[in-house]
Amino acid sequence: MNPTALRFGIWIVATPLLIAALGLGFQGLAAVDSSLFFAWGYFIEVLIAGLLQGVMYSLVALGFVLIFKASGIFNFAQGSMVLFAALTMVGFIEMGLHWTLAFIVTAGVMVLLALVIERVVLRPLVNQPHIILFMATIGIFYFLDGFGQTLWGSDVKVLDIGISKAPIIIAEGIFENGLLINSFDLVAALVGAVLVAVLAIFFQYTRVGRALRAVADDHQAALSVGIPLKTIWAIVWSVAGIVALVAGIMWGSKAGVQFSLALIALKALPVLILGGFTSIPGAIIGGLIIGAGEQVAEVFLGPLFGGAIQDWFAYMLALVFLLFRPQGLFGEKIIERI
Amino acid sequence: MSEALDLQNETRPDTAAPVLAVNNIEVIYDHVILVLKGVSLEVPLGGIVALLGANGAGKTTTLKAISNLLRAERGEVTKGSIEFEGARVDALTPNDLVKTGVVQVMEGRHCFEHLTIEENLMTGAYTRRDGRGAVAADLELVYDYFPRLRERRGSMAGYTSGGEQQMCAIGRALMCRPKMILLDEPSMGLAPQLVEVIFETVKRLNEQEGVSFLLAEQNTNVALRYARYGYILESGRVVLDGDAEKLRENEDVKEFYLGLSSSGRKSYRDVKHYKRRKRWL
Repeated sequence: MNPTALRFGIWIVATPLLIAALGLGFQGLAAVDSSLFFAWGYFIEVLIAGLLQGVMYSLVALGFVLIFKASGIFNFAQGSMVLFAALTMVGFIEMGLHWTLAFIVTAGVMVLLALVIERVVLRPLVNQPHIILFMATIGIFYFLDGFGQTLWGSDVKVLDIGISKAPIIIAEGIFENGLLINSFDLVAALVGAVLVAVLAIFFQYTRVGRALRAVADDHQAALSVGIPLKTIWAIVWSVAGIVALVAGIMWGSKAGVQFSLALIALKALPVLILGGFTSIPGAIIGGLIIGAGEQVAEVFLGPLFGGAIQDWFAYMLALVFLLFRPQGLFGEKIIERI
Repeated sequence: MSEALDLQNETRPDTAAPVLAVNNIEVIYDHVILVLKGVSLEVPLGGIVALLGANGAGKTTTLKAISNLLRAERGEVTKGSIEFEGARVDALTPNDLVKTGVVQVMEGRHCFEHLTIEENLMTGAYTRRDGRGAVAADLELVYDYFPRLRERRGSMAGYTSGGEQQMCAIGRALMCRPKMILLDEPSMGLAPQLVEVIFETVKRLNEQEGVSFLLAEQNTNVALRYARYGYILESGRVVLDGDAEKLRENEDVKEFYLGLSSSGRKSYRDVKHYKRRKRWL
């Protein structure tokens, strides 16, 4: 059994235990402090809502991981790519295209954008220190932010691709009143799962995927065996662009397409620190933990702090991780041999 | 070893058609640092040529100039030309050059640490378009040359030993189906026994697969036993070249690179004095 499989196995066993312990803890707290409320059914409901919210964070974090893996660049512009993609998609729908067609056209636009970024920004800056490339992505952030709104306007827009938002009630027999789940979040989670599966297969088993991982490890060596960096970078940015589009659609239809979409990138940051900057499964699990963690903390611990834990809980969690496990849960350890 | 030397007269660069010809190249890093000051060399078809010299003499730079990896380090060939099989290759990207049949094995191995040995080897086949069957056959071939790699195929390259990484790097280059391999410091950091294994394999690859080698080495002794021709670089210039056999007999080479001297041991002060007085250039 390889170490990765073993690690996932441990997680699968440990997670329910952890959740149960957490629930018991809250139950205990609620028994002591009368301002807190606890019920198992409600706890699980909040937990599920949090997990589904977490998948949405993961969608954004994925784009970061892709680019960071292949080029070691922290792409500050990922958030504005999400916004730009969503704006473009809405723009095409408003022009009368069916959403599937609009999706395809927007995906094309994102690939084009990737090619332009590679040609105009990355290629001239090749071999510069990472901090310079990072600064460049900040530039891309502001450019895309402004460009998108110039092109499509800065109004808050509605993106509706026909996903039902009706609540679903399950497990009525077990808990009083059953568990209420938002069907939109469920669809988002499914989309996230499919995206991750596709990406994982692409990275692990295809020629280009292997080349991407090779480039992530050692640019020079990749060049020396004839892997063309320019092509690889264009591919990575294209894939990140399409991931941004999917995230944009999901977030856009949930919360409306507006400037604040670009700022969800800030929520992706603790997800990345938790999951590890280089791991796709890490981005997913990091997202789940952050999503579930902040919801549960808000509802069951919030009253202790006077509420609004949700805004800073993720960053606190990230800070703890930075102190004790800086490479994240699934990040690649730096292998160093002498 | 003697077998290789017997061939020397047939493989003299001036008698056989060179597969690689470097003509008077000059290399400048960062627009200011002149590293190579007119280096010319030739590698005959099916030959093994050694590029010798001390640290900083310009061996690696010469190899990178040929493989076009220089540009990634802000180096530039400013004068001269590089020809492979009679055609200029100076302007090719590394990607095109690999397709042409020249691949470099970099100094310090540079395996992809987080990929398994087998995945490392497979990245070498990135440029190939001749189908999975041919690639799979070559993978078997590499495993036949380096049985150790077959045993470690599932291990992450970062966790393998230095010798295994060197084998992996050479194997990865072989997966490109090269006509010529530029081998930079294969002996670096390896135990003497392993160095022999690596060089023996180089020799077998040369004889059985017909791959030409240009190898940069500091280990003059080993390099001149396996190569048939050698060039000695100093401060960015070729100061001496000749058949490996003759280089090994050359008094100055013995003195400077092989650590031998016909006149017995000299005191350190004399050596310093001698070196200061007598320079190549």
